Amino acid sequence: MRIKLNVNGKEHEVDVEPRTTLLDCLRDVLNLKGAHAGCEHGVCGACTVLYDGVAVRSCLIFAPQAEGSAITTIEGVTPAPGELSPVQDAFCETHGLQCGYCTPAMVLAAHSLLAGNPEPTREEIVEAISGNICRCTGYAQIVEAIALAAERMRGVNRPTEL
Amino acid sequence: MRQDSKQASKPFRFVSTDRRVREDRRFVAGKGNFVADIDLPNMKHVALVTCPYPAARIKSIDKSAALAVPGVHYVLDGHELAGATEPLMTGLETPNVPRRPLAVDVARYAGEWVVAVVADTRALAEDAAEQVKIEYERLPYVLDAEKALEKDAALVHEAHGTNVLLDKTFVWGEVDKDFADSPRHLSLRVKWGRSSTVPIETFGVVANWDPWREVLDVWASIQMPRYNEQISNALRLPGTGVRVHYDVDVGGSYGVKRGIKNTILVGYLTRRLGFPVRLIEDRLENMRGGDAHGPERVFDVEVAFNDEGIIRSMKMRALDNVGAYAGRSPFQLGKPIGAIVGPYKIKSVQYRAMAVTTNKTTQEAVRAFGQGPTNFAIERTMDEVANALGIDRLEIRRRNLVRHEDFPYEIPSGSVYDSGNYEAVIDKVLAHTSYEDLKARRDALRAEGKLAGIGIAACLEPSGGNATFEAMLNPKINTSTFMDSCRIHVDANGTITATMHTTSSGQGHETLVGTVVGEVLGLDPDRIRITRPDSLNSLPSGTPVGSRMAIVLGGAAFHAAHKLKDKVTAIAAHDLGIPLERAVYANGSVHDRDAPDNKRSWADIVWIAHRNYHRMPPGMEPGLAVSHIEQVPGGGNLPTPDQRVKMYPCFSFEFHLILVSIDPDLGAPQIECYRIGHDCGTVINPKIVRGMTMGGIAHGIGAALYEEFAYDDEGQLMAQSFMDYLLPSAHEVPPVEIIHHETPSPLTVLGQKGSGESGYLGSAAAVANAVNDALRPLNISVNTLPLKLAKLGDAIAEARSR
Repeated sequence: MRIKLNVNGKEHEVDVEPRTTLLDCLRDVLNLKGAHAGCEHGVCGACTVLYDGVAVRSCLIFAPQAEGSAITTIEGVTPAPGELSPVQDAFCETHGLQCGYCTPAMVLAAHSLLAGNPEPTREEIVEAISGNICRCTGYAQIVEAIALAAERMRGVNRPTEL
Repeated sequence: MRQDSKQASKPFRFVSTDRRVREDRRFVAGKGNFVADIDLPNMKHVALVTCPYPAARIKSIDKSAALAVPGVHYVLDGHELAGATEPLMTGLETPNVPRRPLAVDVARYAGEWVVAVVADTRALAEDAAEQVKIEYERLPYVLDAEKALEKDAALVHEAHGTNVLLDKTFVWGEVDKDFADSPRHLSLRVKWGRSSTVPIETFGVVANWDPWREVLDVWASIQMPRYNEQISNALRLPGTGVRVHYDVDVGGSYGVKRGIKNTILVGYLTRRLGFPVRLIEDRLENMRGGDAHGPERVFDVEVAFNDEGIIRSMKMRALDNVGAYAGRSPFQLGKPIGAIVGPYKIKSVQYRAMAVTTNKTTQEAVRAFGQGPTNFAIERTMDEVANALGIDRLEIRRRNLVRHEDFPYEIPSGSVYDSGNYEAVIDKVLAHTSYEDLKARRDALRAEGKLAGIGIAACLEPSGGNATFEAMLNPKINTSTFMDSCRIHVDANGTITATMHTTSSGQGHETLVGTVVGEVLGLDPDRIRITRPDSLNSLPSGTPVGSRMAIVLGGAAFHAAHKLKDKVTAIAAHDLGIPLERAVYANGSVHDRDAPDNKRSWADIVWIAHRNYHRMPPGMEPGLAVSHIEQVPGGGNLPTPDQRVKMYPCFSFEFHLILVSIDPDLGAPQIECYRIGHDCGTVINPKIVRGMTMGGIAHGIGAALYEEFAYDDEGQLMAQSFMDYLLPSAHEVPPVEIIHHETPSPLTVLGQKGSGESGYLGSAAAVANAVNDALRPLNISVNTLPLKLAKLGDAIAEARSR
């Protein structure tokens, strides 16, 4: 079936089988490889994308169900080729990752959290990423990355103190 | 003991500084190069038909309905594949236990792959797989390792005549005498449950046969020694007929990504069918048939000690349930020989290593290669010795520790602990968090009506493996090296490229090579390009196993950089017309020691090397390209006739001190406080080492409390998805304070030791010891991992009702 998808601010018209998951559609049809398949049953969170700004599992959504919503993938939060968002940069600063497989999903979960909560507590950060499993890091440096990003983003418009 | 002739000394300019990890940029942008990201034109996809029974004879396979599905290209069975390929490599001499990608005649565990279907898409292949009709005749099966040892047990491999793959007893020192001489003995049985590292990326492989160049190209999420060699042997191709692409990013492994059977399957299919073939395991295939379960081990430990708690001797029997086939898994009983006494001065040891087959999923290498379970057994025993004597558990450990002045310290099995200061690490942790305060916190929790306990574990991480445990378990193997390599090339523009020759799964090896080369050359590591040539363009690499890369790849990079530095210096000295000993290399340029203004810049020297042969020292090769192949430091010998061998060169130390509370009604353990002292010698990148340690602790917590590939009595794997196999989330991993200590290794170029398995070596033991301390007031102990909430809750309820 032909469906229209709004992904990263662009309209795409794609031809998919009705049973195609949003994850498979993003990866195989739109060639957006940043969302990863981990469990394909909605537990690990590696396939996380933003659905109207909310972090969701793209493996549990059929592509046709995403019609009419704004989908944001990791490619959509990366400002420009070679440039990092403050959240992505904070992940690099604290080394909030190792193998990188769960990372785009973690970054998106962080973006989703910080969009609604610029000053999250440790507990709120933990809660926000608790649906994303990371097997490498034990989470400490991820939590620190998100706290650092929040701090930096809060300071963006502050006048420089002399 | 060989001291490296060139050892760098502090202060370092880049090593040990808090620099970013170069790999991270691509990953945070979703621009990793994972195997599932590789799309080749005309690529087809594989789905698998698996056996639903733990043991069954395959009577017939009807492929017709599957082949009739539009878009299906091929249906492959085990007979065809076995006829065209060699069995997969195994470690032991067990010719009657052949392992193949698809079952031939008999399937030996529920979930074993029987038929492969190739179709235009994975979804179509799955549809067609449902149409394959297989007739089975059920066979007797055995699931439990001890039952598998019984005389009338069902045989997993009938032709082998027994389920025993390995049964070898080692005696180091005067065990009988030490037992006879010791006034006290204690025996203990502990069990390590069947868990694994379960990466979030399943194993995947893409293969493409090019008949005109006669090369099989392979892209895989692999972490395995001798991968290309195993492929060429199994597919009967020359070594040069296989090209493994090492620039694939591996989405986590921690030992288990060893999909050789997947690779042989798609390698055969692409050669048979003439188009690229891809197999990405789905989660079910991965957990049930991906052959990636970890050790499942029963330990019987007996120790002999005196009234002061000094342990003189230990007898350990380790019985491992390796599942249906033998890969390298029995060798996981071998690595612990290298640290069989942990950090303690136990004089003599009897060690019986047993591996048996059962009708469960095949076991594969898991982080620390068997050392984690062994450390758990040793550390549980230490606690019980303390309890038996009424001596504090920390004090018991202190009395038995190898002391700083004892290094280098040779243990009964022949390994030599390179360096350490265990007491200093412990003292540092206690200075940070007082033991008395922790006890007070525990007692306060108990006063609130909770169960609470302190967990201690003092463990070693043998690192830099030279694989001589293989020869210990199989005398026909005579491997005594496990090398790694680095090549450095300076182009005519003066920019530097250094190479590594294997895949990585998150350990930051590109950062490692860049940092070490930059350190030696005094040049910014970020300006050094690191590449991963494919296997046809590579020098040897032992691959990232056994916590070896910082040591062996780091050593290769260090020595290669020194060769380059030496060449650059020689060229400049010649051009300056000064004797070599007066030429001083500093940060890329070379000057006359006696006249510092008399110098040649990096650009000058590069120009000479690339353009001015007439200005080169006579006889020197033009250009600036060097390579180095690094032997494992301190290694190179095979076991002696009395079965002793120096195994791993370096021994990192970790000391866990934790506090756990348990809600007595729910049985749910909660980690209230987690401290770890960690000493892995010189830290090359602090961010990476911290991440490794934290990740290892999380794995250990999972193995101790949550994760288990549980089977029912019918031989069905009950934990087939992440609904049932519980992975620790950010809620389950507590904040951890890591207290670093640095005792450099005298054997390595920077004093570094391994840290790839850190945390995991002792966290399960610490959690188990804490839970047992919590349960002591109830007079019960639990020694079977994982300590699942339900089991724990039942045990507590039963004890309280008594």
